[in-house]
Amino acid sequence: MIAMPRQNLPDSQRIVITGVGLTAPNGNNWTDFRDSLLNARSGVSKYEIRYVGETLAGICDFDVKRYQSKKDARRGTRAGSVGVYSANEAVMHSGLDWENIDKSRVGIYIGVTEHGNVETENEIYELKGFDYDTQFWSHHHNPRTVANNPAGEIALNMGITGPHYTIGAACAAGNAGLIQGAQMLRLDDCDVALAGGVSESIHTFGIFASFKSQGALATHEDPTRASRPFDVQRNGIVVAEGGCIYVLERLEDAKRRGATIYGELVGYAINTDATDFVLPNPERQAECVRLALRRAGLAAEQIDIVSTHATGTGLGDIQECTALRNVFGQCEQTYVNNAKSFIGHAMGAAGALELAGNLASFDDGVCHPTINVDELDPECSLPGLVMNQPREIGKPKYVLNNSFGMLGINSVVIIERI
Amino acid sequence: MSPADIRDEILNILEDIAPDEDLGDLKDEVAFREQLELDSMDFLDIVMELRKRHRVQVPEEDYGQLASMQSTVTYLTPLMKDLQKA
Repeated sequence: MIAMPRQNLPDSQRIVITGVGLTAPNGNNWTDFRDSLLNARSGVSKYEIRYVGETLAGICDFDVKRYQSKKDARRGTRAGSVGVYSANEAVMHSGLDWENIDKSRVGIYIGVTEHGNVETENEIYELKGFDYDTQFWSHHHNPRTVANNPAGEIALNMGITGPHYTIGAACAAGNAGLIQGAQMLRLDDCDVALAGGVSESIHTFGIFASFKSQGALATHEDPTRASRPFDVQRNGIVVAEGGCIYVLERLEDAKRRGATIYGELVGYAINTDATDFVLPNPERQAECVRLALRRAGLAAEQIDIVSTHATGTGLGDIQECTALRNVFGQCEQTYVNNAKSFIGHAMGAAGALELAGNLASFDDGVCHPTINVDELDPECSLPGLVMNQPREIGKPKYVLNNSFGMLGINSVVIIERI
Repeated sequence: MSPADIRDEILNILEDIAPDEDLGDLKDEVAFREQLELDSMDFLDIVMELRKRHRVQVPEEDYGQLASMQSTVTYLTPLMKDLQKA
């Protein structure tokens, strides 16, 4: 079922964003993150991890103890801490009367690229010191590595008794979390959805080593210049950690409590390439974008900003640009940008973070750029690509956010300023 | 290790597994659970740390011996008396 056209939807089926909580490598709240995106502040720095050695990463420096006891942080996971911080920030930002709302009517839907690698690697590393005698294997391993861990830690921390789970969707997960939250609100499974994505991926050497073996791990003598989607000199991905969680509500509920509304989720789509484990398929990506547009009842030229997924790999960027040219090639007023050029690839958080970076344009009327484009790859040329400097475009009406992942998962969301 | 050394070692372990707690006022004769926010996973941490740091095995049927600092030190003294203080 295609649950549209959205113009006919009652307020009980319209889903709006009423709070944003995040931590990015260049900002620990929405305002600071946006400020960094408008002032070319990178969040990428030198980083060292076992076995791989010196590399680069987007590292967050949020205050773990702001919302979590030392003991809970120790017992839990980094993804859990990222989630707890982001969720608390989102709820605070939303102005919800948190003490008095029914926690059994709050749902938690958190996108993750992967989960459990960090703890498993750490345990095996420790176990090596005990000659692989498994009596030294931690009893914390299972609660830390179950796939719902990051969402469950949020529930424990905030006393939420509604549904909680993660959505495993590779690097499309941030959008997927948001979409899941919206769907559950429409199904009346909850009244408030905490939805988005988190990543702890910089703490697993396996991610770095695998990208390196694939020839897809970025290197540059200046860490801030390493993540450079669309540039001819791009040479791979900078892995980042981060989190971004939205408070979603039905429009009728948001209106009733007089909430500030930061945008309405008017269209979304998830589809699958079904062609390759790693290599994206531009035809399927374009189909995903078109499906989201159709569900939103929009023509391509009505989109003001396209937030790209591009990660800085040789072929991946070209594939996405091919897809975008297919859909937006004739759209002269559609601007295109990329946030990974600032922070690297925040994996499960990427889609949600990148959307937040652009939603602020509803307020300030500026399209943030993609940075580090010294020489544009002709194969990545798009008419509206905003490079290196922010551009005043007037308050946009629609932002379209791409987020794609391995095994050919594509996700698109469209947010309207209302 | 003397009983005093063992007590210090348990305090070190507790500092790691209960980092939010003030251990300065810990009463040795009162159960840990009555003074600290410790659950079953935390007690398993004490058992695991003794195993990791000192190769001391506490069988499950003896977990009750770790109820308070006093009972823990009493229980561990014969098991750790021949160990060197780190």
